Amino acid sequence: MLTRLGPILTILLLTGPIAFGLAGTVLPALGFLPALGGMELTLAHFRDLFFEPAIMMSAGLSLLAGLVTALFSLTAVMLFVAGFAGTRAFGRVQHLVSPLLSLPHAAAAFALVFLIAPSGMLARLISPEITGWQRPPDLLIVNDPMGISMMAGLIVKEIPFLLLMTLAALPQVPFREARMLTGSLGYGRVAGFLFGIWPAIYRQIRLPVFAVIAFASSVVDVGMILGPTRPAPLAVRLVEWMNDPDLSMRYLASAGALLQLAVTGLSLALWLRLERLGATLCKRMAMRGLRFRRDAPIRAAGLAAMVLSAGIVFAGLATLVLWSFAGLWQFPDALPSSFTLKTWIKALPRILEPLRTTLLAGLLSTLIASVLAILCLMHQEETGRRPARAALSLLYLPLLVPQVAFVFGLQLLLIYAGVLATLPALVLAHLVFVMPYAYLSLRDPWYAFDRRYDWIAAGLGKSRARRFLSIRLPMLTRPILTMAAVGFAISAGLYLPTVLVGAGRLTTVTTEAVALASGGNGRVIGVYAFWQMILPMAGFAIATLLPALIFRRFRGMQV
Amino acid sequence: MEEKGLFLDDVRIALGGRVLIELSRRVPPGGVLTVMGPSGSGKSSLLAYLAGFLDPAFTASGRALVDGAEITALPAEERHAGILFQDPLLFPHMSVAGNLIFALPESFKGRTARLAAAEKALDDVGLAGMGERDPATLSGGQKARVALARVLLSAPRMLLLDEPFSKLDMELRQQMRMLVFDKARERGLPVLLVTHDEADAEAAGGEIVRIGP
Repeated sequence: MLTRLGPILTILLLTGPIAFGLAGTVLPALGFLPALGGMELTLAHFRDLFFEPAIMMSAGLSLLAGLVTALFSLTAVMLFVAGFAGTRAFGRVQHLVSPLLSLPHAAAAFALVFLIAPSGMLARLISPEITGWQRPPDLLIVNDPMGISMMAGLIVKEIPFLLLMTLAALPQVPFREARMLTGSLGYGRVAGFLFGIWPAIYRQIRLPVFAVIAFASSVVDVGMILGPTRPAPLAVRLVEWMNDPDLSMRYLASAGALLQLAVTGLSLALWLRLERLGATLCKRMAMRGLRFRRDAPIRAAGLAAMVLSAGIVFAGLATLVLWSFAGLWQFPDALPSSFTLKTWIKALPRILEPLRTTLLAGLLSTLIASVLAILCLMHQEETGRRPARAALSLLYLPLLVPQVAFVFGLQLLLIYAGVLATLPALVLAHLVFVMPYAYLSLRDPWYAFDRRYDWIAAGLGKSRARRFLSIRLPMLTRPILTMAAVGFAISAGLYLPTVLVGAGRLTTVTTEAVALASGGNGRVIGVYAFWQMILPMAGFAIATLLPALIFRRFRGMQV
Repeated sequence: MEEKGLFLDDVRIALGGRVLIELSRRVPPGGVLTVMGPSGSGKSSLLAYLAGFLDPAFTASGRALVDGAEITALPAEERHAGILFQDPLLFPHMSVAGNLIFALPESFKGRTARLAAAEKALDDVGLAGMGERDPATLSGGQKARVALARVLLSAPRMLLLDEPFSKLDMELRQQMRMLVFDKARERGLPVLLVTHDEADAEAAGGEIVRIGP
């Protein structure tokens, strides 16, 4: 049966690159890398690693970034959902925040830079009237040594993700009933939510929260754009070593990748402690019967965090676009003194190739992931078995293992196989990350499909293939296209796998944009960030408009 | 074994060791067998078993034959079991005529002939000229009649009814009952009706089997 291939291929595709990739990282870390003459096992590279200046500071920074990002974004989402679920404001904020989900991390990071940098939009808006600055102040706002701006960049990006995950979990808990019950017992909204509903929701979004921690503790692109430089977060330094012309640095990078694995593991372990601490605190408060009736300020804080995080990114993106069209734009001016297409025209010839690669890698990996996701879901339907928790955790594997830890090794294997920097290799690497999101995005709508339609069609004598093509596929057009849009957005935003597997020869708009970060040419960055923003958005626009157009005559097919 | 109609031969459906249904019956062409039971009694699983969609969680033994041929050995699409649920379940992405044409067997050739057959079927259920309509714009009663016309067009060998009248209001319900049972009799189709409504069972007029606690 064809559908049997779905889960098998998916498992192979998810675990294969990760397992082999990890092996390809571990062996060089232990000194085994025949291509460079490393034939014997040694711990020397770990010793070298720990002699690297401020290596523990880098590791600590990464550890902190993972925990702080998760804590802040989760708290914001929790307070907002607690205070506003079921209200009109909730829907509006949800619509404001959701588009940010498709935005690549790097684009969000650039948006933040252009807003908060000393020469950024905020400084311009209040200068010189309030600050008296005639020139950009010499402040280290972006790339601050504590990594605050980096964490802020991660938080504004993870909030939409966790909000969406929470919204998906919400219908599965008796939200209204619990709210009414806790309300009638006199609990404030937030306290009632926290004591009565949140535990059930949190249980369902735990893996996404872990994914946030894993990502934030090992992020590369956001770290390069917003993160501290002396020392840089661990993963950023590792990639620098990996790309060092001195090939023997690969030993060090591989040893470092294992340190990264430990750092991410440690942040997850610490998070588990925090979980328990939080649960104990909640229980204590609930046992004491604390009502927290006057929680308006804290609810307002939840709302403010949501609006602010989205507002920051949108304002930053607007500034970016403005920069790409800016002629002369002197410091305290809030607007350029002239507009020009020069930057766009100059950037165009150089951006075509990255654009092509972005589209090809994105479309191909999305296509394969979509087919696999559909096959998996069909197989589950046939066997009547939903995947066990273990299988679902497997799906999260690429999101939980730090990318550097296995993409390093994967790159090495691809070099050996002679396929580094080829499109198939890039598509494969992207597939590892696109697959989980494609599956998760289609799963709920697929299960929600009324299978009686399928039974009726079978009763009408239609074969499986015919039923799939004539009934299932058209009726699920919208979620399938949404899945594709999600997949494409993920692929377009991938930085590290693209940089390492593309090896500088295959570049996407994301890798090009990040490469421009250090140059600091705002205008060109604006052009690239614009493409980064517009490509995923176009995907979602198609996913919304196309079904509306195809099925415009049929009211039952509208949302 | 060359007997006409539906033959349930020692059909036994169990869920996790609990036997829900144990049944041997003959339903003659045009006759109705009504299975009654409260919700959760597993009466719908009998229908799913016959249609070929029994959830793998259930275990079933025995067999079912239509006109002497064992259908339980066939894949769902070769059983030609016309199903009506309590919801009309018209395909929302096809026009009314589209729904009907989709139901026509593939052996029925010719674009215009297929369209004409659909128009005629609509006429037969009192909905002449509605072919171009979006199913979502029909009234509940109209949808139910299109669903009936659709199932009849597919040349079924039996009808499986899963509380098909329960969502219609009183007046329509009586009309639809008459219409469905008349059509089944007219075409000599054996009918299996699953319901918890005594009035349905009465209108069906056939043998009644009660299951469940």
